[in-house]
Amino acid sequence: MRYLKFFLLLIFVFFCLYMQTRHDNHKCISVQIKGSDTMLNLIQALVEKNSKLKANVSITGGGSGAGLASLINATCDIAMSSRSIEKREKILAEKKNIKIAEFKIGLDGLAVLVNKNNPVDKLTLNQLKDIFMARITNWKEVGGEDRKIVILSRESNSGTHIFFKERVLRDNNKNAIEEFSVKSLMMPSSQTIYDEVFRNPNALGYVGIGFINSGVKALSIAVDIDSEYIYPTLENILNGTYSILRPLYLYTNTKQKDIIKTFINFVLSDHGQKIILETDFVPLKCKVKNKVK
Amino acid sequence: MKKNKDVIIETAIFMCGMLSIIFVISIFIFLFKEAISFFWDYNFIKFLIGKNWYPNSNKPLFGILPTIIGSFLVTFGACVVAVPIAVMSALYISEIAPKGVRNILKSLVELMAAIPSVVIGFIGIRTVVPFVKFFFNIPTGLTAFTGSIMLACMIMPTIITISEDAIHSVPWEYKEGAFALGATKWQTVRRIVLKEARPGIIAAVMLGIGRLVGETMAVMMITGNSANIPDSIFDPVRTMTATIASEMGEVVRDSAHYKALFAIGLVLFVITFIVNFIADLFLRKK
Repeated sequence: MRYLKFFLLLIFVFFCLYMQTRHDNHKCISVQIKGSDTMLNLIQALVEKNSKLKANVSITGGGSGAGLASLINATCDIAMSSRSIEKREKILAEKKNIKIAEFKIGLDGLAVLVNKNNPVDKLTLNQLKDIFMARITNWKEVGGEDRKIVILSRESNSGTHIFFKERVLRDNNKNAIEEFSVKSLMMPSSQTIYDEVFRNPNALGYVGIGFINSGVKALSIAVDIDSEYIYPTLENILNGTYSILRPLYLYTNTKQKDIIKTFINFVLSDHGQKIILETDFVPLKCKVKNKVK
Repeated sequence: MKKNKDVIIETAIFMCGMLSIIFVISIFIFLFKEAISFFWDYNFIKFLIGKNWYPNSNKPLFGILPTIIGSFLVTFGACVVAVPIAVMSALYISEIAPKGVRNILKSLVELMAAIPSVVIGFIGIRTVVPFVKFFFNIPTGLTAFTGSIMLACMIMPTIITISEDAIHSVPWEYKEGAFALGATKWQTVRRIVLKEARPGIIAAVMLGIGRLVGETMAVMMITGNSANIPDSIFDPVRTMTATIASEMGEVVRDSAHYKALFAIGLVLFVITFIVNFIADLFLRKK
């Protein structure tokens, strides 16, 4: 009798397992998307609005570096990246015999945030560079109160960190070696940077323009002392006058499933680009640009 | 039939006992294997005393001195806060408190040990961080000091429980003898009970330190994560564990950066191993 019960249980377990696998095969393919925290909400929205995408999609953050790393390690299908792929990553991919395709899907502006009670509301790129390298350490040197500056930065593998470093600290010079000051606080996400700026009148940090709201103040930025200070609005990014601007990419393996091709085509279509605009990013296509104005 | 059963169960228990040894050894081998290849191309001394951690630079620098100092500072601060309070509270629970109070306190302390560290970090970020910034009038509340206070809350239950056991196991006859000689309660506690329970208390503190060094989540949230050699305990710091946790997810496998993180893990493993070893020595001395 005891053995019979055991036997029945075993049959039941196998039956469940069988149903499970059958169910999976029948329903869909799974698609892993991983990478930039900045693009997380955007891609989430794109996946939800794309009714043709009949797949088990999982989207995780971790940073552009993480996404590209797992694309190279073949643990994800699409990598979201807020920077272009680096040479050393390309070499690693070649070593593992993986050919990578690049799709530019939109643009993002980085805003420099300060606390609402901070009287400073504009800086030049050079001043920003000096602040983030701790050559300027007090707000009074840039026209503010006599307070120490607390520098907030993202972690070294975040695409936001790398882009800000290349654009502001190194002025797009590939051979430069400037780095963020060791005194900067490495925050684990854009949200934590926002939270600290919201609470701390000494702090300043950089995040995507999607984070700008009435709780904090975004600074107007000028390329140099003689040019105009530009506030990071959507229009100023669209017409290219705002200077801290970066492309957003999707990377895939060239030997991809068909479903991924259709997804990327959807992202690049008018409908997809419109969703990009709705989630506070900047689309690539001119058609949509006209609709904004 | 019965004998066979005995043999089977005995072997099963033996296997379970051996498992933990196998786990420790294989973890060490894995760490060592991943870390050692890092030192083929990067000087070990430069790694230990280098002041800059720029793993993604064109010319990467892997210096972990600031993170070692950060870990040490947070641990030291937490000990200074936690140890006196914890030992006194253990004394109160086992020597002074009436039985009813004692039972309630004991179960509350055990409950406190069950609070996950991410919750401690979250509470810290909402309460202690703004308070420290305001009270000491410093540029930011994300400092080593804040981390120390929150971590002290975390290890206190461990220290209290183990020292309470040590204090409780001091034979009643010793105390009777002291009272018979006319010693007051405080004199007995100080000269007899504390002295006798000392190895146990030191072991409790050491186990607490072991937990502190390895703690990750709470310190990552509240110490500011700045790989800078701090001037004082009121500066932001970054610990070794936080460096590994925040960068491991994003690193390309088998790159120098990846191996460097394993090398940090190896250093951590060695440190906690030494601390636990010392704790064991004290426990055995008894």
